Amino acid sequence: MVGKIFKDFSLLSAILILVILVAIFGILYSYASDAIHTFGWDFLTTTTWQPGEDDDGGIFGGYIPIVGTLLATLIAMLIAVPIAMGIAIFLTEVAHPLLIKPVSIAIELLAAIPSIIYGMWGLFYFAPIIQQSFGGSGVGLLTAGIVLAIMIVPFMSAITKDAMNTTPGVLKESAYAMGATKFEVIKDVIMPYSKTAIIGSVILALGRALGETMAVAFLIGSIVKLPSKVTDPTTSIPVLLANNFAEAQDLELSSMFYLALILFAVSFIIISFAKFYFLGRKR
Amino acid sequence: MKKRFLLNKIILTLSTLSAIIGLGFLFWILGTLLIKGLATMNLSIFTHDLVDGGIRNLLVGQFVMALIATFFAVPIGVMAGIYLREYSNNGKIAFVIRNLSDIMMSAPSIIIGVFVYAIYIDKVNHFTGWGGVLALAIMMIPIIVSTTDNMLSLVPKELREAGIALGGSKHKIILQIVLKAAKVGLMTGILLSFARIVGETAPLLFTSANSQFFTFNLNDQFPSLTVSIYNLATYPDQESKDLAWAASFVLTAVVLVINLGGRYLTRSKHK
Amino acid sequence: MENKDVMRAEDLCFTYPNAPKPTLKSINLPIEKNKITALIGPSGCGKSTLLRAFNRIHDLYPGLKYEGKILLQNENGNMDNILELKKETDLVKLRQRVGMIFQKPTPFPMSIYDNVAYGLRLAGVSNKDELDGKIEKALQGAAIWNEVKDRLRSSAMGLSGGQQQRLCIARAVALKPDVLLFDEPTSALDPISTGAIEELIAELRSEVSIAIVTHNMQQASRLSDYTAFMYLGDLIEFNKTKKIFTNPSEKMTEDYITGRFG
Repeated sequence: MVGKIFKDFSLLSAILILVILVAIFGILYSYASDAIHTFGWDFLTTTTWQPGEDDDGGIFGGYIPIVGTLLATLIAMLIAVPIAMGIAIFLTEVAHPLLIKPVSIAIELLAAIPSIIYGMWGLFYFAPIIQQSFGGSGVGLLTAGIVLAIMIVPFMSAITKDAMNTTPGVLKESAYAMGATKFEVIKDVIMPYSKTAIIGSVILALGRALGETMAVAFLIGSIVKLPSKVTDPTTSIPVLLANNFAEAQDLELSSMFYLALILFAVSFIIISFAKFYFLGRKR
Repeated sequence: MKKRFLLNKIILTLSTLSAIIGLGFLFWILGTLLIKGLATMNLSIFTHDLVDGGIRNLLVGQFVMALIATFFAVPIGVMAGIYLREYSNNGKIAFVIRNLSDIMMSAPSIIIGVFVYAIYIDKVNHFTGWGGVLALAIMMIPIIVSTTDNMLSLVPKELREAGIALGGSKHKIILQIVLKAAKVGLMTGILLSFARIVGETAPLLFTSANSQFFTFNLNDQFPSLTVSIYNLATYPDQESKDLAWAASFVLTAVVLVINLGGRYLTRSKHK
Repeated sequence: MENKDVMRAEDLCFTYPNAPKPTLKSINLPIEKNKITALIGPSGCGKSTLLRAFNRIHDLYPGLKYEGKILLQNENGNMDNILELKKETDLVKLRQRVGMIFQKPTPFPMSIYDNVAYGLRLAGVSNKDELDGKIEKALQGAAIWNEVKDRLRSSAMGLSGGQQQRLCIARAVALKPDVLLFDEPTSALDPISTGAIEELIAELRSEVSIAIVTHNMQQASRLSDYTAFMYLGDLIEFNKTKKIFTNPSEKMTEDYITGRFG
């Protein structure tokens, strides 16, 4: 009897996860439906974000925040991927064994720092550097992208390192035994062996960068305007939501839900792709 | 031949360099926090609320929300994990739930805030602490599920079989043997996920929002340390900025201490 | 005696990082040219450690300590001490001259062809025809050519365990090494594959000098010309295989080969 209740409760808890996920999609869709009916697919290509007179109606398009999200993520990935790979290689093949542990812990601590701290630090310490080097206001796509990169590097290097560590030691040794250099062992044995898991990790980090809110919110400039150069301020989906969601009403609110739905769907697809295609589904 | 060794040197140097860059940023960020935090911190911020230029209510509010969220998320997450590992026989449902839970774990946190706004805040028409709790709990459940699932999978099958052989019923074996064997791992996982949600901002922005006053009333706007940092940092006056730094320092210290504590727990057990 | 040995350990001591005592204690062991030398002894006796010193694969992990000498004959017939090599460049060259086959087959995650081509390319062979020729010869030398010649481009991971091990031998042979080190090469294989590998090792003797670590006494007696018995880091006895297995001079050797311990 108790056993049955216990089992049913566990099943119920498991199903709750399914329910929440379906509910997120359903609720986002239903709140977004006004905007979806009004703008349809044109929403994706419309650059205006303009409430109508007396807060009635208006034209809302997602093009700018969508482009902003993609560009900031792209900049972040361009910087983060090589650095994260470098760190992972350092931790698997280069570092002295005594260094591996402390450096790994440091990198993981870097991953544990709340994202708002990155945002704050970026705003007061990094934006001025960008301003001095590139002009402009200091906040914009480039600043957001770089700080976003700093934020995802620890995550990416931690899982890339784990992936690389699955390469059997004897396989590495046999390459060394044939006279390969470290770099050749990395390139010809470790990389091919852990290729799919590494790609999966990179995509997972990409999913994270897309949805990151607080680090970017301080730094991207938060204006709905298409950037003409990398140092220009613009906005991204999470940032637009973070700053304007609470005050929005009616069609604008619905358009925000539309954006949220797009972000959620895209992250969902990217993450499932990484999981199922590269990381091997869990059994 | 020469080229091979040169290339090798270059790549290995670059790799070391990236590790130095990574560590450099860690020390830069932590150093900034330490300097700014210590410079702006004094005991009075712990005894005053935001309205009087302190962070007492914020710290309490942030912890209250995260703790209550943990209180709900842990049983649900652990039970779901138990279902996946102990009851499901690894069938189709388990497969779907396990992977969806993983995907949810990586979902943008602001989406959870938007979702809770829609199902709850929008209905009661004002921000509430419970909204924040709900958002944090939703974020936490998949993390706990994944931890439980992984930790239970490490418990050797023989242990369960030995329990069955002694005539124990399944739920008793799970509760008395399996969970016990996985206890340290589970505790670590719970601590780490607590550390993660206690530093969240995005899911709170339009659920609990923020409050300047000390309160335990979760039916009203609720004080949040992270949301306050977001607001304070962008205010023009220096006092607000200073308070934001002090708050950031406290938040980071708390998160990192919990994190290191969780790691220490696993390590001391493994020895 | 001098020029018969291709390799020789002289008073070799070896200590693992942080270990209180040396794992190898003053070992003197010759590896004779075009002969097979077997290293036997109970687990933990240091036989694999010794083998792994011969190509300095130990050096992948820092903190270890060598004392004494390991001599390797160079092109002019003189003996060089390989423990004096410091630079990675020199270690890489050493490993191209002293190949190694591991306990488990270690095909790289690439095609059969590329597996064999790998070491050759590292050694600077880039001409397609030359590569093709050397690869075919190596695969024939490892008695696997007929089984793989129609699928050279398919992944090496698809081969059976025994085939994979022969591929690894081909890969090492392709480099025309002076010495081949076998570290329990058949311990992960079934009896039939083991037989094939043993046959192959015996044939390779004409081209290359061989040292083989094995825990299988029959294998040592069937295959080798010389046998070294080691125990707890000491070389107890070294002699012609026949002598060791029929009339060992040490009591301990006799106890071990008759199965009284180990």
